[in-house]
Amino acid sequence: MSKLHMTLNGKSVDVDVAESRYLSEVLRNELGLTGTKIGCNEAECGICTVLVDGTPVSSCVYPAFKAQGARVETIEGLADNGSLHPLQQAFLEHGAVQCGICTPGMIMTAKALIDEKGTSLTEDDIRVALKDTYCRCTGYHSVVRAILQASGQDVMLSLPDTRPAGAAIGHARPNPNARAKIEGTARYTDDYDFPGMLYARTKRADVPHARIRFIDTSAARALPGVHAVLTHEDVPGHKRHGLVIDDWPVLCSDKVRYAGDAVAIVAADTEEIAAAAIDLVEVDYDELPVVRDAIQATAVDAPLVHEGRDDGNLLKHIKVDKGDVDAGFAKADVIIDQTYRTQATEHMFLEPECSIGVPAGYDPRDFGGDLYAAAVRGETARHDKTTIYVGSQIPYQDRSQTAAALGVEPETVRIVATMMGGGFGGKEDVTGQIHVALLSEHTGRPVKMLYSRQESLLVHPKRHATVIHMRTGATSDGRLTAVQATLYGDAGAYASLSEKVLTRATTHAAGPYDVPNVKIDCFAMYTNNAPSGALRGFGVTQSCFAVESNMDMLAEKLELNAVEIRRVNALDVGKTTSTGQVMRESVGLNECIEKVASDMCRRDFRWTWEEGDSRFAWGLAVAYKNTGLGGGAADKASAEVEVWVDAISATRAEVRISSAEMGQGLPAVLAACAAEELGIPIECVNVLLGDTDFCPDGGPTTASRQTFVSGNAVRLAARKARRELEEAGDHVLVRYDYTAPETQPLGAGGDMHVAFSFGAQAALVEVDMNTGEVHVRKVIAAHDVGRVVNPLTLQGQIEGGIVMSVGFTLLEHYIQEDGRPWTNIMARYKIPSITHTPAISSHIVEHEASAGPYGAKGVGELPSIPTGPAITNAIYRATGVRVRSLPVDQDELLRAMREGSGAIELAWGDLEPIPAVDPGGKR
Amino acid sequence: LQGPRIRNLVEDSIAEMTTASVNRWAQYYTPATLAEALEILRRYDGQARVVGGGTDLLVETRRGLHRPVEAMVDVTRIDGLNAITTEDRYIIIGCGVTHARIVRNTRIIEHGRCLSESCGVIGGPQVRNVGTLAGNVAHALPAGDGTIGLLALGGEIEVASNYGVRWMPLQESFKGPGKSFIDRYRQILTRLRFRPTGAGEGSAHHRVMRPQGLCLPIISMGVRVKIGAANTITEARISMGPVGPVPYLAEAAMDVLVGGPATSEQFARAADAALDSVKLRASKYRASREYREQMVRTWLPVILDRAVKRANGSAS
Repeated sequence: MSKLHMTLNGKSVDVDVAESRYLSEVLRNELGLTGTKIGCNEAECGICTVLVDGTPVSSCVYPAFKAQGARVETIEGLADNGSLHPLQQAFLEHGAVQCGICTPGMIMTAKALIDEKGTSLTEDDIRVALKDTYCRCTGYHSVVRAILQASGQDVMLSLPDTRPAGAAIGHARPNPNARAKIEGTARYTDDYDFPGMLYARTKRADVPHARIRFIDTSAARALPGVHAVLTHEDVPGHKRHGLVIDDWPVLCSDKVRYAGDAVAIVAADTEEIAAAAIDLVEVDYDELPVVRDAIQATAVDAPLVHEGRDDGNLLKHIKVDKGDVDAGFAKADVIIDQTYRTQATEHMFLEPECSIGVPAGYDPRDFGGDLYAAAVRGETARHDKTTIYVGSQIPYQDRSQTAAALGVEPETVRIVATMMGGGFGGKEDVTGQIHVALLSEHTGRPVKMLYSRQESLLVHPKRHATVIHMRTGATSDGRLTAVQATLYGDAGAYASLSEKVLTRATTHAAGPYDVPNVKIDCFAMYTNNAPSGALRGFGVTQSCFAVESNMDMLAEKLELNAVEIRRVNALDVGKTTSTGQVMRESVGLNECIEKVASDMCRRDFRWTWEEGDSRFAWGLAVAYKNTGLGGGAADKASAEVEVWVDAISATRAEVRISSAEMGQGLPAVLAACAAEELGIPIECVNVLLGDTDFCPDGGPTTASRQTFVSGNAVRLAARKARRELEEAGDHVLVRYDYTAPETQPLGAGGDMHVAFSFGAQAALVEVDMNTGEVHVRKVIAAHDVGRVVNPLTLQGQIEGGIVMSVGFTLLEHYIQEDGRPWTNIMARYKIPSITHTPAISSHIVEHEASAGPYGAKGVGELPSIPTGPAITNAIYRATGVRVRSLPVDQDELLRAMREGSGAIELAWGDLEPIPAVDPGGKR
Repeated sequence: LQGPRIRNLVEDSIAEMTTASVNRWAQYYTPATLAEALEILRRYDGQARVVGGGTDLLVETRRGLHRPVEAMVDVTRIDGLNAITTEDRYIIIGCGVTHARIVRNTRIIEHGRCLSESCGVIGGPQVRNVGTLAGNVAHALPAGDGTIGLLALGGEIEVASNYGVRWMPLQESFKGPGKSFIDRYRQILTRLRFRPTGAGEGSAHHRVMRPQGLCLPIISMGVRVKIGAANTITEARISMGPVGPVPYLAEAAMDVLVGGPATSEQFARAADAALDSVKLRASKYRASREYREQMVRTWLPVILDRAVKRANGSAS
């Protein structure tokens, strides 16, 4: 231990600390300043940025003793006596805070910039300064506006032009939890610390497919400081988990099926000891041949990922059948027949997974702690149940799956939702929850399991890689006569949500169009890759790329305008989806197309032009996305609303529901629903989310369903509370169990979904003809969201979704080489930075869904869906090169431009061309 | 069952990455004098490692890519080695000077433009605020941008050890990819210097990147030219990487240019000569050989033109 002296946030600080520590560790662990967040420990993401002598540095690779004698500033030092710094205030007002995990680093980076430049600050300065400070949620636009405002410039709030639907509904309000996030006091799981807490790590397979010969934990157990080493033998209850099919071992026993499989878990006094113990766990394998992709998985002689199944590696064959495609194609004047490939991608939520298990009966006083410290922070002091602190999208299923593994009743387990640093679908499957429960019950102590960024990349489910063969027929006037598609989806090693995701890919594979004859076959295949699951867009992102690419090709062949061909075929009230659902209301697609077209086609509009060495062009795409689970599943949410009437001060209400806030702004939506019904200001509504002992089940936070389903539960609970208040007087507590309108399973016809949201986007790209580099310069978007509940958080969803999809189209590929991830560090997996962000012009269309709260429907995923094909359609118009595989590779694009080959089928990260697919999916 | 039997693969990179990093040091020194720094290195006898900003070294150390050492000797706070100075007709950069300071330095912008340009594209602000040019050079990557910029300027480096101090040409320090003749456990790269560009001289740097994957250049190139009477090139230096194991001085291309007119035909010939003199490679997930070649053909003439314009004072 050595003495480290710093002037920290204006105060002289001396700490005794090992010289081997990094600054981030000293701040967080020694000084308790957990406002500084850790995203990667690779100096890649920038969220750990603090100022050393006024200069932004990545504290995760800044040796603490390099700061000896220096002036260090962190987010905690920004507010002055409780009054917010102008940056904090501006981040709040502009909605530049979503999940909040990057916010402290973002604000500190911006502070140095404002200190340096003052009011002369420009948008370009911001783009330079924030280049390596990532945000996965906002799309950066609100951040830029906030920083400009904080520098003293006048900045208008950029919000869609809509009229408020009520006193509380339709007004721009910051998310209620945003203030804690900008102050650095919001507590994510890794920010929790319990007296006596142990640190856990997981032994990963590191081989994609192998039979386990033996597991020897004796050396690990013998290591001083190790409290427990557990294997499959130590799982007392159900030994597998899974959201749809329970095929995922809690800890592997006989074989491993992907490199991220868990074989053993360790709890120890420190992270270092736990890591050392993991290295001492000896696992002996017989390696097996690897199933490396979905097409190979279909081969008759392919190795089996799961033995003993009738269908080999086929997880599910999903079918959509409407009309007679042969007759439809016979009527067509033009048929486009193409095969596309989309890549596996990664959520890259900037907060890696973290779970803390606290054993039943835990008392901090047993470990030198006291009961009040927790109570002061508003936390539970006593833990009478096995309790798991976790940022999860599905708290109640965490509870049931953990209880099953422990062999106990679900009610004996409690999930406490912490702040979540982004989810995007990647925090639905169980990761460390069961493991920390096992370890904490085994050791009798709290156990924290924080994944490193690299472990996070290795373990959690990805977006499905797909190969899509798509055949689209139309008559000469552009009317679609038939769509036939065959999709192969790489489900990875375990089922996760593959069936649901690929069902969405299948049912949306004719696009948001009125197509009389449709036949889609989708094959979800087990492989030895990382499991595939939910990722914003949920399968529709993939099929939309194929659908909208074909639509542009049709338009070109028929010499029709890209806008016109979509207008001619667009779904509308009275038309029928490919699953046989007759649209009765809330189809704003034509209006979306109209709005985008009129914004794009202003004076002097040209589809394409040249400037210097660059070609510019516009591309268009449309999309739709279901709201809610649908498909016959009971889509339920239960909410509690408690109201206290106080004649002197204000009436207050608390909303309680176990739905997840991952940065999308759910508390703002639920508070607005309650306030609207109760007739009180939004500020008087407190929203408590995701403590399974206090909050009824709001169902999974997936499928763009929370505004619709939980919003309705809260709305109806509040309405009931208001009625009861008239009789009860000054205090009521009501619960409402809401079930969305009934839907039909795929194949049954009728209503498969309660509502669909629609969108159209036009992308302006610039292609550098010398290098093949592609930049998206502008996106014009229009989305039919039913009804706007909060324009500020809505704008955040739209801008963030579009920028995320710029990443999907141009940057991101989770590369696996025969089951071994190449993108195993953040430095190899780039997400969009501020420099990749296009200008965005966003329009809102409101075609109310009668069953939605105030007419609202889901918007979480939709904005990320059409962006990809809008970009690649623009690239085609600029260069004459059709992109058939994502993400776009500039090397291949340049080659195709020079050779005039007209198409590229090698994406960045692909080493082989798109494989051939039998139409109709003969396997 | 059949299949190769494998043992617990601790050497596998995934295993390294998923375990909490134990790759640290016991002591972190920030000596205030060169003598002190050298004394620490002497005392540790190979068990201490010199670190500059550490923006590459510490990330790699965290990943377990370097052998563990007992001590880190941070050379960014040494008196006299933390400034940009002009002495003896050289611009001299101390080993404590960060990329950010080089980028902002008006003298280097004026008289060593390709260095300020090349340091300006390194990493992001957080890296440039901490990382040093000396560290970039000592890291000896085949295409370290700062290194490429300095190489085009004809840079030299000063290396100090307990046996003395000497200046040497920059290009003589490279041994292989990531390997330097500077012994980073016993020697300190103390200063870097180059002759400022004067009247009739200009320099420029450009690199081509891709937005995906590792932040390593597809090609990074620097040029320095001197223009004499009748638009004749009298001196030329061209640096590039990655075109081989070490940063490359394209002498064949330089020879083509010197004595000839500063015309686009000549620039294209220089690119041909440069390509003839090297064996370009494909690097997986970064660039094909053809793409690299194309980028040299496209961009070398562009930056030569830019440098000539600067030499003629007709462009900034």
